[in-house]
Amino acid sequence: MIDAAQVPAPRFSHLDALEAESVFIMREVAAEFQHPALLFSGGKDSIVLLRLAEKAFRPARFPFPLMHVDTGHNFPEVMDFRDRRVAELGERLIVASVQQSIDSGRVREEPGNPSRNRLQTTTLLDGILEHGFDAVFGGARRDEEKARAKERVFSLRDEFGQWEPRSQRPELWSLYNGRLRRGQHMRVFPISNWTEMDVWQYIEREQLEVPSIYFAHERDVFRRDNMWLGTSEHLPRGEDELVERMVVRYRTVGDATCTGAVSSDAATVEAIIVEVAAARITERGATRADDAFSETSMEDRKREGYF
Amino acid sequence: MDLLRFSTAGSVDDGKSTLIGRLLFDSKGIFEDQYAAIERTSRRRGHTKVDLALLTDGLRAEREQGITIDVAYRYFATPRRKFIVADTPGHIQYTRNMVTGASTADLAIVLVDARNGVLEQSRRHAFIAALLGIPHIVVAVNKMDLVGYDESVFEAIRADFSEWAAKLAIKDLRFIPISALHGDNVVQRSLSMPWYQGPSLLYDLENVYIGSDRNLIDPRFPVQWVIRPQSDAHHDFRGYAGQVAGGVFRTGDEVVVLPSGRRTRISRISTMDGDLETAAPPMSVIIELADDVDISRGNMLSRPHNQPTVAQELEAMVCWMADTPLKQGGRYYLKHTTKTVKAVVDDLRYAMDVNTLHREPATELGLNAIGRVRLRTSEPLMLDEYRDSRTTGGFILIDEATSDTVGAGMVVRAGPEQHIEADEAVA
Ligand SMILES: Nc1nc2c(ncn2[C@@H]2O[C@H](COP(=O)(O)OP(=O)(O)O)[C@@H](O)[C@H]2O)c(=O)[nH]1
Repeated sequence: MIDAAQVPAPRFSHLDALEAESVFIMREVAAEFQHPALLFSGGKDSIVLLRLAEKAFRPARFPFPLMHVDTGHNFPEVMDFRDRRVAELGERLIVASVQQSIDSGRVREEPGNPSRNRLQTTTLLDGILEHGFDAVFGGARRDEEKARAKERVFSLRDEFGQWEPRSQRPELWSLYNGRLRRGQHMRVFPISNWTEMDVWQYIEREQLEVPSIYFAHERDVFRRDNMWLGTSEHLPRGEDELVERMVVRYRTVGDATCTGAVSSDAATVEAIIVEVAAARITERGATRADDAFSETSMEDRKREGYF
Repeated sequence: MDLLRFSTAGSVDDGKSTLIGRLLFDSKGIFEDQYAAIERTSRRRGHTKVDLALLTDGLRAEREQGITIDVAYRYFATPRRKFIVADTPGHIQYTRNMVTGASTADLAIVLVDARNGVLEQSRRHAFIAALLGIPHIVVAVNKMDLVGYDESVFEAIRADFSEWAAKLAIKDLRFIPISALHGDNVVQRSLSMPWYQGPSLLYDLENVYIGSDRNLIDPRFPVQWVIRPQSDAHHDFRGYAGQVAGGVFRTGDEVVVLPSGRRTRISRISTMDGDLETAAPPMSVIIELADDVDISRGNMLSRPHNQPTVAQELEAMVCWMADTPLKQGGRYYLKHTTKTVKAVVDDLRYAMDVNTLHREPATELGLNAIGRVRLRTSEPLMLDEYRDSRTTGGFILIDEATSDTVGAGMVVRAGPEQHIEADEAVA
């Protein structure tokens, strides 16, 4: 019998532990589902997902395509990055376009509300249906928001994509239940247990490239709903909304019409880590106009099929 | 920096939400906008102080009822450690949520209200923590301010609890007198309880040694996924991907493939970052073998001198999680490591009375009940006793019709039927 104390246990940091868990989750999905897909937005969380997929499946190709739900309101820097990263990886990208959903009459833009965040849900569900996906990886984290704090890693959705918080399956150990009934699909969140800090530390450790808008840069911005929004052709301004040139960066990349910039001079990943360590406002609170509306807005949108 | 997962359980009003709120707040795990939101809510509800408990409120139904009904996960970090908290509700009707939260925890905090002493609920929490194999249990005796910070109250609770817990197999049991509301012994040592010489709760969380909790003795590698690149560069590559569930695997080691029993050697252990000499839990790696043997998901690699029991019959403790009760003759899917098989309940041996720790005869296990069953499976499983390995000793039961997860199981014994020893430890 070997004495446990004599076996040198390899040193294992919190990032190693999180990575090992996420890789395990991705492999479970590959093994238990017929047609998975990975949502890639070009944002930092999905950049981490891509690296984790490499860790899980290389030297083989990913056993699933990537999918981008394109709101049409993108930061050009992010689109450039997306295409470059996909080409580097040599994986297949499917684009589901909100503009197409609008053109084909599947959804209608709300007058006066430039944000396409809500419309994305329909485009996403149509994409899932069209390609027959039974599991979709997303980069959501439980530390982002209080409804997410209770969501499972394997989050079951009905045929309308809806999340039912009261009838979630218990999730024990690392035994994920991937069985589906007709019409259901699974949203899977491999980095559920990561925090914003973990994501940045991992980006630093793995030396991952992120879109330039995450770093401090000069930009024309104006004040709305207590946030700095970048000027954009999709974003009409009121007369009293004066444009200023400021040094800012983004903490999340989303629909350019409702994602706020923060005043910052963090120009490197290390500087961002220092900033995140000192930050006293949550990522969503700082930069997402649509979450501030009601105490339960995220929960409401998730019930409707949002990520 | 390493990672500690802990669960908390307490009855309604024991102060669990206040305690977690304080840990998050004092370790700066709360953000200004979150704080502002609970400040507003506190004011609207007419509280004079900011109610830190609101911070851990999640879903709308819970807010409306003013109780926590599901497991919520929270995160904070100190310079020493990163923490993942499984925050679970305490009421009997949420036993399954407690079991869920406890399943991955390294440590459990059991809250006791100093005014009430050790009640049924605290006992249930400690029992579940022990049943789920949590190695470290901290009994936090809360609301010490309401009993005048009296040492004798604390000591009486400690004695009472220890006597009862002697029947459980708890590796490490500690007691800390606290006031979650005022912060005594939560992050800082309390000035109001000079008679208490021990560390604060956070100090314990930061320093409890968990390195030896990993099973580094029994080599177990459930094969999750076979990696076969369809490319010229890696034409002959065939790697078995998985997460090490126990023991240490080394390049060159002789291994046995289960259930077939074929033997071969490890030719290479790798990750995308390069080759490794050794792999231990919980690393996710790729193992290549010297011989071309037929291996697929659901197989397990082990070592010739230390193998799990390959069996189609097992005895297990089961916590039932569905409205439709478990009955003798019931058929389910059973998922164990990376293998899912069909299973039938051959016998329901008894149900546990969690308060008295007595075994009661039973014909069914209802929602939240815990009992011992004998199961038979359609294919062999590679089993360890749960007390030796949470990964290769734990399983879930899945309803054939609804596909829901209906039970959590912990292997007590693998193999054909045996007599139950009367003096066997209960958890
Ligand atoms: N005096 C005192 N009151 C406390 C303490 N901890 C919690 N409370 C109060 O007990 C009540 C219930 O606390 P809460 O955290 O909501 O309990 P939970 O149901 O276990 O989450 C609240 O009014 C708290 O302010 C304590 O240490 N001392």
